Amino acid sequence: MQKWLKRALTVSLGLALAVISAGGQTRTYRAPRAADGKPNFNGIWQALNEAYWDVEAHAAAPSPVLELGAAHAVAPGLSIIDGATIPYKPQALAKKQENFANRLKLDPEIKCYLPGVPRANYMPYPFQVIQGPKYIMMIYTFAGAVRTIYMDAHKEAPADSWMGWSNGHWDGETLVVDTTGFNDQTWFDRAGNFHSDALHVVERFTAASRDHLLYEATIEDPNVFTRPWKISMLLYRRLEKNAQIMEFRCVEFVEELIYGHLRKKPSR
Amino acid sequence: MNHRFLVLVGSLVVPAAVTWLSTMPVAGQTRSAGARTSGSSAKTYTAPRTPDGQPDLQGIWSNTTITPLERPKDVTKEFFTREEALEAAKRVAAQEEEQTEPGTVADVHYDFTQFGLDRSQAAMALNLRTSLIFDPPDGRLPPLSAEGQRRAAERAAARKSRGGLHDAVQNEPLGARCILMDRNGPPMLGGAYNNGYQIMQAPGYVMILTEMLHDVRVIPLDGRPHLPPNVRQWTGSYRGHWEGQTLVVETTNLTDKFAFQGASENMRLTERFTRVDDDTLRYQFTVEDPATWTRPWSAEVPWKKDVGPLFEHACHEGNYGLYNTLAGARAEEKRAAEEAAKKRSPK
Repeated sequence: MQKWLKRALTVSLGLALAVISAGGQTRTYRAPRAADGKPNFNGIWQALNEAYWDVEAHAAAPSPVLELGAAHAVAPGLSIIDGATIPYKPQALAKKQENFANRLKLDPEIKCYLPGVPRANYMPYPFQVIQGPKYIMMIYTFAGAVRTIYMDAHKEAPADSWMGWSNGHWDGETLVVDTTGFNDQTWFDRAGNFHSDALHVVERFTAASRDHLLYEATIEDPNVFTRPWKISMLLYRRLEKNAQIMEFRCVEFVEELIYGHLRKKPSR
Repeated sequence: MNHRFLVLVGSLVVPAAVTWLSTMPVAGQTRSAGARTSGSSAKTYTAPRTPDGQPDLQGIWSNTTITPLERPKDVTKEFFTREEALEAAKRVAAQEEEQTEPGTVADVHYDFTQFGLDRSQAAMALNLRTSLIFDPPDGRLPPLSAEGQRRAAERAAARKSRGGLHDAVQNEPLGARCILMDRNGPPMLGGAYNNGYQIMQAPGYVMILTEMLHDVRVIPLDGRPHLPPNVRQWTGSYRGHWEGQTLVVETTNLTDKFAFQGASENMRLTERFTRVDDDTLRYQFTVEDPATWTRPWSAEVPWKKDVGPLFEHACHEGNYGLYNTLAGARAEEKRAAEEAAKKRSPK
């Protein structure tokens, strides 16, 4: 067979497989492969949206801290939620509103706590994927958070944690990550959107081009929501030649805020 | 959930325990049994290769050791015999076991033997060295340079002027504050427990995850320049390359706030990772800092393959120990002031 014909057939077969595996959705992109033949998601990625302020649609608003003025004002953004709003149970909605009202006191981001999932993925900082056949690591800038995704030996979470316990598998072109074992301490954004320790997140990472990943997550928590709900967004590859995850060891930045009132009073 | 397991998790996030153990004097500590790790074993072993051709260092490793950084003054040789080393390991195990009194508070907080966190139950590579430092050959830190002495005095004076250890959170040790564990550096030295590390390799990168504080270094291998000199990081600017079977990681841009063993922020660290057999990684490092020491010095710790998995060490998030230490100090002051007032005006 002529070389060009062979190549053309191989490419179209690949495309056909990608379309089939994406469950009937029209996708024409097939990611470059890692050494084990799986789509290669190694790289430094970052969301480019305003969901870190509020996953629901929101207008621009003043900064919650007067002194920061426009520099830390709420950036306006559209909803990342399929169906626009979070299907809270009535009591949970009241708690969300209370969280919002007291966000300067309650938002775990302010205290440099591990951000949880999915929040870690759309904070305004890059994260790096290191991919292997047995583990896929996600290394986040914020608070130096890290996730290990177990690809081969799936296990139950040994205990609850901030970033949860993640088992992964490949569904054709898509990396599917199933995470449980969360505590009830993390939020979804700076607007007080929250969950309980029954949170279950199923994420789907699919290459949309060489430099874009489609990120989708289904969020389930029968204690807080009336039904599972879904978010989606794009993640963008950081293409700068010198891109790297830099240190953001924020504990030091929040010590005075958390422990300052326990400072010894000057003796008279 | 199992109560014992909760206690275990609790103990992992109590930095007071971490500090207590990492500063715990282990008198007469020596080294457990095994082969010398400084020799030429690497030359007879060829590590498997990753698909992109790097020597494969991947896996979960433990750098648990009972060998002191510096050779004890009463030890004059570089290596123990196997028998001496076994005897020393037994002594250390007995000491760590004695630190728990059953049925006491210490039993709840510090029973590391029960939870398998003591060193005798940890994965520990064979090492006959009498000190981790192998250069200078006397196994001890070189003398401080004049500048090093001056800075040590200045730092001591600055510490004193900040007041007591518990006067403010900023006076507490970095480990108790969950900012950086001295023992995890870099350089990475073992502590009393939780000495787990995970190495992963992807084309162009080596990742090292330290279980303590979930510290991660993603080390680029593409020869890129270091961070600009004004950018200082707790773990510095790290760049790696391969020299034969050895991963060499060079680190600069450290911060004055860490000061490993009293070093200056201009300390230059070179770490070398060599897989010497399927289960052992030889970790060597060299510290160059003329602003502190009269000559460079080098140490070596063998790492042993471990089973894992590593678990999230959310130290800051559960740092009740730090809060209670500070709150306790303030309560003590209040009580002392009230007692003094009562003495002045007895009823």
